[in-house]
Amino acid sequence: MTVAVNPTQTGEPLFYLADEHPHPEGYSTSLGFWIYLMSDCLIFAMLFATFGVLGANYAAGPAPKDLFDLDLVAVNTSMLLLSSITYGFAMLTMQQNKVAQTQIWLAITGLFGLAFIGIELTEFAHMIHEGATPQRSAFLSAFFTLVGTHGLHVTCGIIWLVTLMVQVGKFGLIEANRRRLMCLSMFWHFLDVVWIGVFTFVYLLGVLR
Amino acid sequence: MSTDTHAAGAHDHHHDDGHAHSTFSGYMLGFVLSVVLTAIPFWLVMSGVLPSKQITALVIMAFAVVQIVVHMVYFLHMNAKSENGWTMMALIFTIVMVVIALSGSLWVMSHLNSNMMPIHQMSGMK
Repeated sequence: MTVAVNPTQTGEPLFYLADEHPHPEGYSTSLGFWIYLMSDCLIFAMLFATFGVLGANYAAGPAPKDLFDLDLVAVNTSMLLLSSITYGFAMLTMQQNKVAQTQIWLAITGLFGLAFIGIELTEFAHMIHEGATPQRSAFLSAFFTLVGTHGLHVTCGIIWLVTLMVQVGKFGLIEANRRRLMCLSMFWHFLDVVWIGVFTFVYLLGVLR
Repeated sequence: MSTDTHAAGAHDHHHDDGHAHSTFSGYMLGFVLSVVLTAIPFWLVMSGVLPSKQITALVIMAFAVVQIVVHMVYFLHMNAKSENGWTMMALIFTIVMVVIALSGSLWVMSHLNSNMMPIHQMSGMK
């Protein structure tokens, strides 16, 4: 990066960054996507802060101990962990240019994601059936907002995953699809990182309280 | 990543994308570590082996922090070199923001909470 001074005929000096060499398509995508993830991280930090402030305000309603089934949460956590490692395998097979295997690992990842969402929705339905609705207490409002936002992210991730499977099926592992799979990989693992915070601070510390 | 077909070889200074280092052993090591770091906190809470709740809480929070680092390193392939260090810069900035927001919210609101008039006194004032 050099400052070009006066390459013109008029004699007037020109000051600008002569950084105009062409970039390959998508060369900045992973950094841009990382910055998006960091901003998403701030959203979750705010929701965690809200939960931290309101998490003990039960309004004489049910407390975490009455509501949470840690066995179910453990199963749910393992679903997400397994989906992380299967996505890792999808990335590894992608690096070896094996289209069919990549598709299989992506499909398995999607199924684990669906299992996670299914278990979470079952848990929500069970809680709502017991009268622990989001409007019951500040604790439950914060709980449903935080865990629901995470679940919404996972749902979007699954939709994205299916989209990319169609893309890979149509066009193969072209450079653009590799880049997209790379971004989804970051997104998917990031959601797993957020889930670590959720099961620790919401479920485990909630039951401990 | 030997099979990677980066189009331009001309761009030496933009090449380290940070995603070139994923290996089977790396993913497996990360996975095994995550399983262990997940199982221990669940076991601690479900069995209640530690004598006090405070100690259990501190231990499982420590496990969460370690597991987040494991995920960052083995699954998200964080390192100080990818994108010329800009991903690390963004991460550090975000961590600073998160720590300020979280600790500030909890600190201020707990003080506010403990200085508020209890509800039974408030109802007596009506």
